[in-house]
Amino acid sequence: MISIDQSAIKSEVVDLANLPAQDTALEIRNLDLRYGDKQALFDVSMKIPKNQVTAFIGPSGCGKSTLLRCINRMNDLVETCHIDGEILLHGQNIYDKQVDVAALRRNVGMVFQRPNPFPKSIYENVVYGLRLQGVSNRRELDEAAERSLRGAAIWDEVKDRLHDNAFGLSGGQQQRLVIARAIAIEPEVLLLDEPTSALDPISTLTIEELITELKSKYTVVIVTHNMQQAARVSDQTAFMYMGELIEYADTNTIFTTPQKRKTEDYITGRYG
Amino acid sequence: MGKWVKSGSPWIWMTGGAVSISLIAVLGLLLLIAWRGLSYFWPADIYQWEMEDNQGVKSTLIGEIYDREDVPTERLISAGHTFKEHPGEFVTRYLVKTGNREFVGLDFRWILATDIVSREKPADIAMFERTKNGNFYGYPVAVIENGERLPLKGGQIETALEDHIDRAVGIGEQALQLQKSEIGSVNYALERLRLKERGYELDGKLTPELKADLDAQAEQLNLDYLVMEKDLFALRDEAARDSVIIRDMRGEEVILRLDSVLDVSYVNRMNSFDKVVHWFVGLGRFVSHDPREANTEGGVFPAIFGTVFMVMLMAVIVTPFGVVAAIYLHEYAKKGPITKMIRIAVINLAGVPSIVYGVFGLGFFVYMLGGSLDQLFYPEALPSPTFGSPGVIWSALTLAILTLPVVIVSTEEGLSRIPSAVRQGSLALGATKFETLWRIIIPMASPAIMTGLILAVARAAGEVAPLMLVGVVKLAPTLPIDMNFPFVHLERKFMHLGFHIYDVGFQSPNVEAARPLVYATSFLLVSVIVTLNLTAISVRNHLREKFRSLEH
Repeated sequence: MISIDQSAIKSEVVDLANLPAQDTALEIRNLDLRYGDKQALFDVSMKIPKNQVTAFIGPSGCGKSTLLRCINRMNDLVETCHIDGEILLHGQNIYDKQVDVAALRRNVGMVFQRPNPFPKSIYENVVYGLRLQGVSNRRELDEAAERSLRGAAIWDEVKDRLHDNAFGLSGGQQQRLVIARAIAIEPEVLLLDEPTSALDPISTLTIEELITELKSKYTVVIVTHNMQQAARVSDQTAFMYMGELIEYADTNTIFTTPQKRKTEDYITGRYG
Repeated sequence: MGKWVKSGSPWIWMTGGAVSISLIAVLGLLLLIAWRGLSYFWPADIYQWEMEDNQGVKSTLIGEIYDREDVPTERLISAGHTFKEHPGEFVTRYLVKTGNREFVGLDFRWILATDIVSREKPADIAMFERTKNGNFYGYPVAVIENGERLPLKGGQIETALEDHIDRAVGIGEQALQLQKSEIGSVNYALERLRLKERGYELDGKLTPELKADLDAQAEQLNLDYLVMEKDLFALRDEAARDSVIIRDMRGEEVILRLDSVLDVSYVNRMNSFDKVVHWFVGLGRFVSHDPREANTEGGVFPAIFGTVFMVMLMAVIVTPFGVVAAIYLHEYAKKGPITKMIRIAVINLAGVPSIVYGVFGLGFFVYMLGGSLDQLFYPEALPSPTFGSPGVIWSALTLAILTLPVVIVSTEEGLSRIPSAVRQGSLALGATKFETLWRIIIPMASPAIMTGLILAVARAAGEVAPLMLVGVVKLAPTLPIDMNFPFVHLERKFMHLGFHIYDVGFQSPNVEAARPLVYATSFLLVSVIVTLNLTAISVRNHLREKFRSLEH
């Protein structure tokens, strides 16, 4: 078993099985997902608590990124993808026919593995989402830009060059810029898909600190390869293996007293 | 040896050699065209030869050497030529441009070196450039002003001559200006009035009052016209007031009216600087003047204008079409056999011979589309066609179809090079597919679109064959853009540098005079295409710099 900094483990333990509705951000019910003939997710059900950080861990190809992408329907872009089951946001199934996907994605923001700023200025990157919503008031945009950049802990580094091209930033700064861009439109849920896997250790640390701060305002769901990271930043951890949700509990339990054999094997580094 | 082959050096030599050969071929071609074309404007020395042929007939010849070649003596003898003494194996012969076309019949003449008795470069020989009949060479003897011979001597004659020519040229330009702009406008307005009246008549709306009104307007225009015509004739008479007496190579004195003279120069007296100035003036006139004498003299301005205008019009048409088609194929169309077939068909369109597009353009655009437009919107002008005859818009459309595949293919390539992460980043922020395309994808693909446009422009500017069917003419009286409402006349026929080369080189009555013009025009066409491309390339580089995320 790997050593875990006890102070990083959160004390408050929520009862995931009987989570009251007002504390639930998302509920996934019996989710099956197939890419063509190949099934990638098997009957996944879980409740993701509000204003907490939930981490998905598991070996490569276990379906954790796929599950994350289901939450804001990014899998719609894959033509062969077929989904059964429900994901409830505010009690409404996001896979309902009448759901506006663009509106859903405004509510459920996403940050990808590699920083993907647009070829525009830092400022334009941040206000992109607002411009999409038709906001054109200069002051409103300026305020939103500052608020989001501060929220993503990058304001001090870029405030003097807001109108420079975003590609001039380092990888870690770009990733924080992308986070700023995502929180500029004030989503309820923020999905982070291995947000630090392309970054150096120092940038990783900055982002991890940022994640812990973000949860006061947003529900954060993070996919990570790095178990220490999951242990450091998350409140709940879900372990997935071969498309199935093996174990889902508060992080402390998962890392100290896992209930399933597979979880323990993974955490102790026997595979993965 | 085997080791040398294995080391790969022969491959390096072979591939490097192939590149060098291609480079040398291209550069050699460009240099040849540039040299032959540009040296045409360099003032050549004017010689005076004393000749005596084998019958003992003496003559004098004045002119420029255009060309020289060595001919086997045997060939000349078997052609019936006789020599007093055998001149050796080869005889040099010169092609001389003698000018003075109206007096000597042929303004180019081959002379044999054996017939030349003496050759000199008299400093006083003047070269007159004229609006008609080409150059005139001779010695100015006197200036006639208003029918009276001015009592001048020596250098005074030359100064007076220059002053009088400047005056005549100035007046001539005024007259041309008047004829082209004011009188042209009146004629245009009269034609529009006539069409208006005919239009009312066809609609059955022509009331007597209306007709009277239109007639009154026409009457007013006719009065204006008469006034201007009077001015024009006065100007012309004024320009024709003076003349010059010149002694030509036959020794006769010839009177030349100054309204037909553009310029006089004493080439043999020029130093290098004068010649450079003369060269630039000649080049400037070539690119800025209208052609004269069945295109064998004068400039090519309308052809340059027509080429550039048509190509730009084509670019304006082909870019949105190509980009939209590429976006549909790449972004919206379902991946499947039908899309694949359409894509193959599009690529194969690029292989269709261009004349086929010309035939298609004539049949579909000119006759069908243009004919229908005429029926619908210009019935008053029928039976004379407005859009139903070849014109610059149909040429641009035909070439747009011709170059469409290029734009589609390179735009699609550009679209597929955009990382999907950027696309997803936009979608994840709540953008719809269209918003993502409009705000992110198309700007990022713009360098690739520009590449397509560059290729399209290069291809279109060089095409001649289809244009001959859908809009190009040997001589267009008016440019597609002028000062008459609606200022841009897309139905008009136009001149094109490529067709100009063909016309001057192969349809000209005066082959020798036209040959250097072919080179000069070719060089100009290449320069125009290179300029258009360089502009597009610099725009593309700017865009690339802006969206350089694509590089990693």
